[in-house]
Parts: sequence; C-alpha cells; structure tokens
Amino acid sequence: MSYSKPEFKQKYKNFINGEFVAPLGGQYFDNTSPIDNSLIAKYPRSQKEDVELALDAANAAKEAWGNTSATERATLLNKVADIIEANLEEFAVVETCDNGKPIRETLNADIPLCVDHWRYFAACIRSEEGSATELDKNTLSMNIKEPLGVVGQIIPWNFPLLMLSWKLPPALVTGNCVVLKPAEQTPSSATLLMEKIADVFPPGVINIIHGFGPEAGKPLASSSKVDKVAFTGETTTGQLIMQYASKNLNPVTMELGGKSPNIFFNSVMDADDEYLDKAIEGAVLFAFNQGEVCTCPSRILVQEDIYDAFLERVIKRTKAIVQDNPYDDKTMVGAQASNDQYEKIQSYFKIGIDEGAKVLTGGSAKKLEGNLANGFYIQPTLLEGHNKMRVFQEEIFGPVACVTKFKDEAEAIEIANDTLYGLGAGVWTRDAHQLYQIPRAIKAGRVWVNCYHAYPAHAPFGGYKKSGFGRENHVMMLNYYRQTKNMLISYDKNKLGFF
Amino acid sequence: MERIAITEKAATVLEKLKTTHGELIFHQSGGCCDGSAPMLFAKDDMYLDESDILLGTLNGVNFYMNQDQFTYWKHTHLTVDITEGRGASFSLEIPLGLRFLIHSRLLTKEENKILNNL
Repeated sequence: MSYSKPEFKQKYKNFINGEFVAPLGGQYFDNTSPIDNSLIAKYPRSQKEDVELALDAANAAKEAWGNTSATERATLLNKVADIIEANLEEFAVVETCDNGKPIRETLNADIPLCVDHWRYFAACIRSEEGSATELDKNTLSMNIKEPLGVVGQIIPWNFPLLMLSWKLPPALVTGNCVVLKPAEQTPSSATLLMEKIADVFPPGVINIIHGFGPEAGKPLASSSKVDKVAFTGETTTGQLIMQYASKNLNPVTMELGGKSPNIFFNSVMDADDEYLDKAIEGAVLFAFNQGEVCTCPSRILVQEDIYDAFLERVIKRTKAIVQDNPYDDKTMVGAQASNDQYEKIQSYFKIGIDEGAKVLTGGSAKKLEGNLANGFYIQPTLLEGHNKMRVFQEEIFGPVACVTKFKDEAEAIEIANDTLYGLGAGVWTRDAHQLYQIPRAIKAGRVWVNCYHAYPAHAPFGGYKKSGFGRENHVMMLNYYRQTKNMLISYDKNKLGFF
Repeated sequence: MERIAITEKAATVLEKLKTTHGELIFHQSGGCCDGSAPMLFAKDDMYLDESDILLGTLNGVNFYMNQDQFTYWKHTHLTVDITEGRGASFSLEIPLGLRFLIHSRLLTKEENKILNNL
C-alpha cells in the first residue's frame, strides 16, 4: 500500500494560551519535506517576544493547573492518547512527510508508542503515593510532591511526535505548564496535535513555539521565567543550556546521544535458528530510522571466531533493505531529515575511507527516480575498521554502522566502553553468564540484551558519561519535574526547653 | 601549518555573520542530532576553559573543541564548509537556511610531526 503527501495549510501559527497566534514579528520560514525537498508549509519564525508571550501564559496558568487533582490531569492525558490513536494514520503520514522516515515505521512504531507514553504517565500518577515516616512517637516527616512550575522543553527532529510524547506527559501530569519548541526541521506533527487537542487542557498549560534555535530556543532556555529545561540534542547545545540554567539555578535534564556498541558473542552462531535470525536483524537495526536515533547501534562488535560467517549474513541482510519512496509501506529506509545531515554523512564516508575503513556495502548517497531525486537518501552502509577511527567515535546519524572484531569478553568490554558516550548498547549471546555480566560492565544507561531498539514506556531511558542525565519513559521521570515539600510535624505538646 | 581551514564560501558567510553579531567563536559539537558539527556563537556566549582546545583561528574566529573529543580527532585536518540546511541548534547561521559542516582528511606525516609531536 502506498500513501501520498498529505494536504497542509499554507501557513501555521504558534499555540499560545490555548489559541493559535501569529508570530509578533510577522516572520515565517519555509518547512520542506526531505522526501523530495518540496515545500510543506510556512511556520512561525518566532523571536524572543513570542517566547515571552508563551512563558507569560504558562506562568499565569501554573497555579490553577498545579492545583488540579491527579485524577483530572490523568484523565486529560488519556484523552490526548485517545485522540492520537483515533487519528493514527493522519499523524503517521504527516510525520513521514516532515521527517522522511518510512510510513511503516510511523504507523507501527512512532505513533503507537506516542499513544502508549501518554497513557503510561496517566497511569503512573494515579498509582503512586507520597511518603510519611514516624521519626519518633511525636514527630512525623511527610513528603508532598509539588510541581516545579513552568518547564521549557526543546526536542529534536528524529522522532518529532514521539520526543514530544516523551517530554510533555511527565511534565504535565505532575502539574507543570510547558513551553515546548519543536525542531525547526519537523514542526508539523506538533502543530497537528495542537489542532486536535486545542481544547483539552486549560489555556496556557501547553504552549508550542516554532522557530530557530538562536532566535527562539535560546530565549526559552535562558529565561528566568522557566523553572526547568529539558533538552534532547547534542553536547555543545547541552552545555550551553546547562550554562544558562546555572544563571537561574534551575535544574535540567539532558539526553545528548551516543555511539552505541552492539556486541555479538560467538554463541549466537551455535545454531542456525530463529535466534540467529533475530541477532542478524539486531545488527541490521543500525539502519532503522535512517540511523537517526540517539541509540543507533552504530558500532557492531563481533567475536573473531564467528566474524566472517556472521558478517556475511549481516551484509546480505543489509543489501536486502528496500530503500524507496517513504510513503510506500514496503520501504524500510527512507530519506535523511535534511540536506545538512545528508552532506555530513557523506563527509564521514570520506574521512572513514581516508582513515582506512573498508566499505563492506553501501558507502554513498542513493539517487531515486522522479521527484524523489531531490530528496536526501543515503545507502545503508557497513564500514569495517577499528575503534580509534573517527567513524567509530562520532555519531554520524545516518544508516551507517562500523564493524570490528574482538577476541574475548575483556576486549569486547574495553572496546564498548572506549567512547565518550554511554546511552545505549546491545549484547547478544546464548551464554547465561554473559547475559548478566557483560551488560553490567558496559557504561551505558540502557543495555538491550538479546534485543535492540525497543523503547517501551515503563523502562527507564537515559545516559551515562557525555550522553547526559535523567531517566525518561519511566515513573522516575516524575521527580525530575517536581519539588519535594517536606512537612516536619511535631505532635509533642512540650517545649524544647532551650529558651 | 594549521589543523583547520575554511572554504571561501563558508568564510563569506562567516564575514556576514561577524557584521551582524560582532565577535564570534566556533565550538565543535559531539553527540546526536545536530552534533558532530561546528557551532558558531557570540564570543562570550559559551563558557570556555582549559578543557576547550583552541584548534586555530579562521578569519579572526577562534575554533575550539573539548579536549576529550580532541583526543579522537587530533590526527585529522578539518575544513569548515557551509551547505544549505536546517540544524536545530543555537548556531548563528541557522536562520540563513545554512549550516556549517566539517570536511576532514588525515594529517600528513609532516603535519603530524609538527602538530602532534608524532
């Protein structure tokens, strides 16, 4: 089945205080589809004054919203989930158009996961309780969770609606108001969502501001009118946002990417069965979402005694990837999200080869026919080399995996941890001891064991090292959006006796 | 002998941004999304210290990289170029619909000897 480019309005607005509002300066930017580089629509090129308007709306709404009951907030989150679910196909086509990812991913992964994340956090807030401790027979320590107030959120373009659905629900359900800036490459699905849920929340609770990082993102991240900033992106911007937050003594959470190892021990080839088939797919998952995933398994580490045999299967499977029109549900790999990403990936091919990496398959852009010839397509690529090469150390953010071999467990762990980052990792083995010991030795926040690229709600996700901090997708995220109010209560009628 | 260079096209954009924003610096980013690309900021926007290595100066604009990252990059020569695009970061060229990017090559034996003491 094949879909086609959806209809868009000519121009969209920001969503502030429950209404769609034109940018005060009257400026807009052209948003294009990476599928064929065609125009989607114009979106607001917001400036500091637009951000201020949104922050004022959020601040005006925070007291009333912070005092709503958990029941009410959870009910509204569930409503959003129902609305996304009822319009799943519409969201999927818009997301594919804006990001370039294949429709089968948006239909089966992105949008269904969005639904689940909204529901998960609605459930969390209803099932948790505060705590109270009797410190002695007359003294009670009681902990009440209170919202921070107003949260600024800046999200990336690789999973536009899903990143929004990771960020908004925990902030809202804990009683915060939010000003969120979608990435300028992918403003469409956030806007579509606000059109569908405009009346669900009280005005000012959710505000969406479009625009460029230096003009709209920076004023949001540095404003003294926010009480916390949550960011997903890269390290330099992460550092800047933390620096701005330090001026306001505000907390932050950061997810800054990685260079994730995917480790295959020799026991995966002990039998030619369903499990081996799953492991081969696990290696080829580097091409999922065109490699534009913070946890892209972009370093494939294979034990030396199975190296040749295993790689032969991985290369064969990689070559079988269908890369074509992203609107076609048979397409497995679509377009990179923008021209600069497309150029950057090709620049990495060059330095990779310069450093002596061998191209096992792929290694260049892919030219498709017709309108798609204007899109940004890169062939799924396997590079063979060693871990000190730059292609092994930097997030290429394309459908590119670097392959190397290891001798034993110690070397596997050494290579896996020889990176600045620590977001994800994969461990594949039939050995019961390795299943536990290897993941424990890897310095990363998420280790997939005999699986990869699963992102269910209810499993915490976040980084070690330069991959950031904070744990999303889990009940523990609630406390990153809350203060703890400790009430220390004395039931003793007698004075201390000091004065 | 330099570790970094800039293409003529990128230098033209850099000059234009200098007239609008004043003194500038580049900082090479790592990590996901728009990472692995150089970011251009107003000179005093980013807090820098001895952990930021100065790789060189391009048209009067200092180019920095964090020392951890430099460990993995120091054997390569970098050229700042510019392309059409939309990076979602705070880099100053983004509103122009342009994005700086890096082209790399290995340092020659002679360059390695002088620049890295190898």
